Amino acid sequence: MGLEPAITNLEQLKDRPEVACLLAWSASAVPGVKFDRNELTIWVDRTSLRGACHQLRDDPQLRYNMLSDITCVDWYPNEPRFEVVYQLFSIPNKKYLRLKVKLAGSDASLDSLTPIWPGANFFEREVYDLFGIRFDEHPNLTRIMMPENWEGHPMRKDYPVEGYR
Amino acid sequence: MAHMTPTPVLDSTQDKTMVLNMGPQHPSTHGVLRLLMEIDGETIVRLMPDIGYLHTGIEKTCEAKFYQQVVPLTDRIDYLCPMTNNLAYCLAVEKLLGLEIPPRAQWIRVMLNELTRINSHLVWLGTHALDIGAMSVFLYCFREREDVLRLFEAVSGQRMMTSYFRIGGLALEPPLGFFERVKDFLDRFPSNIDEYEDLLTNNPIWIRRTKGVAHISAEDAVALCATGPTLRGSGVDVDLRRDRPYSGYENFKFNVPISRDGDVYARYVIRVQELRESQKIAKQALEGVPEGRVKADAPKVVLPDREKMKTQMEALIYHFKIVTEGFTVPPGEVYMPIESPRGEMGYYVVSDGTAKPYRVHMRSPSFANLQSLRKMCEGNLIADLVAAIGSIDIVLGDCDR
Repeated sequence: MGLEPAITNLEQLKDRPEVACLLAWSASAVPGVKFDRNELTIWVDRTSLRGACHQLRDDPQLRYNMLSDITCVDWYPNEPRFEVVYQLFSIPNKKYLRLKVKLAGSDASLDSLTPIWPGANFFEREVYDLFGIRFDEHPNLTRIMMPENWEGHPMRKDYPVEGYR
Repeated sequence: MAHMTPTPVLDSTQDKTMVLNMGPQHPSTHGVLRLLMEIDGETIVRLMPDIGYLHTGIEKTCEAKFYQQVVPLTDRIDYLCPMTNNLAYCLAVEKLLGLEIPPRAQWIRVMLNELTRINSHLVWLGTHALDIGAMSVFLYCFREREDVLRLFEAVSGQRMMTSYFRIGGLALEPPLGFFERVKDFLDRFPSNIDEYEDLLTNNPIWIRRTKGVAHISAEDAVALCATGPTLRGSGVDVDLRRDRPYSGYENFKFNVPISRDGDVYARYVIRVQELRESQKIAKQALEGVPEGRVKADAPKVVLPDREKMKTQMEALIYHFKIVTEGFTVPPGEVYMPIESPRGEMGYYVVSDGTAKPYRVHMRSPSFANLQSLRKMCEGNLIADLVAAIGSIDIVLGDCDR
């Protein structure tokens, strides 16, 4: 079992092309980075998410042109409570990149990525349905998994689970 | 039954259009997919898929289980390719643990994964042809699928919900005579593929029902997050087995079939070619299976062999501790994408340092690929809808989780 410790220092990672691209675009948009188990994670400020995705998609070297996945992690009872996780994939470079946005439980909303990738539609509906996070400017933000009249958001950690545990 | 409420509602936007409901109990939606269509004569003006009928909350269930108890849940997501799901989950947890898997286990995993791909593509080919009206292909496909299922039964005791892979390797060594049976199957399988192709590839009815139907461009497919044969059918050359090798795929030689046509026929041709490539990979894996153990040397994670557990005190203690307390995983997160028969199957696993996963998320290819259905069908004939659904090869268990 050989695990190397995670690198979380922005200074050490600022030469990575993904981090450098975002820092050159807006230094205040990147509150944190992590390189762990060969996977790069960049935390992005909530207001600059869409801009950051535009940068990463249109940069001639990086070309993260595909949105692979959107999901969310609930760190209840810690605040900021939610972390929305985006996996981007660069088809030309065959590389993955993870973007994360931290959201407070009291105001869980952020910009939808549907203007950049229409395929974000279902993923964002799923996150809205199961975690209750609102995506502004989403074309049809309705429940997708649960019935329309369901109460609560089942994947939240404070949602009661019945049965064996 | 809250799903009886007629939502989502689709109002007809013009006087001359009509709203038509299809499913969720429609035989050619391959599960419980409901489609709402606004049609103008025989042309689809708007299409709206409604999913969630098979949502079982597997992601939530995972959070209440030990890491090793999640493996049987992953089978039930995509019931046509259980081994692929097992593999993606096991690879994700192994990456979290930093565990090295012995080559023999990796080779057998690859071999079984390709057999799973053959199994899944055979069900797809049979039902897809059946939807369009070619009955006999179904019977031929299920004949060979039965052979694959018998192999699965021999190796894991189960035909469909195999749960054969474990975190750290395989559940146990394959039984005696198993490799000969696989060899026997792989030797005659190419002639079976020729049989399917004789029935369909140059069949004028098949060509007229599929060529130029449900077209999607490469730009649209990428923008709509399509993966797998749906994306490759539009000419985007991505295959995670070749581009991001996992489980020793870098040791195998195979081609990635690509077509630029972007129609139902292109996706058909690609999947049939993939059957041939899978046969080749499985054959290479079978011929090259190295000797050695099938479990990693990590006593705190991998259950000891039955024999050792009964004769050695230490092994018994480890066995007891893993079963009752699970094993802890160092904190961190991992996204493990692999190439399932349908596309990119990704497991996002978050550990908080305990014996239960803090979060398990499955990025399922069916869920993402279903979004391209709208683009394929709007403006086209309603008669082609069934061909389009078949061509993206969705499994609703995978879609809803």
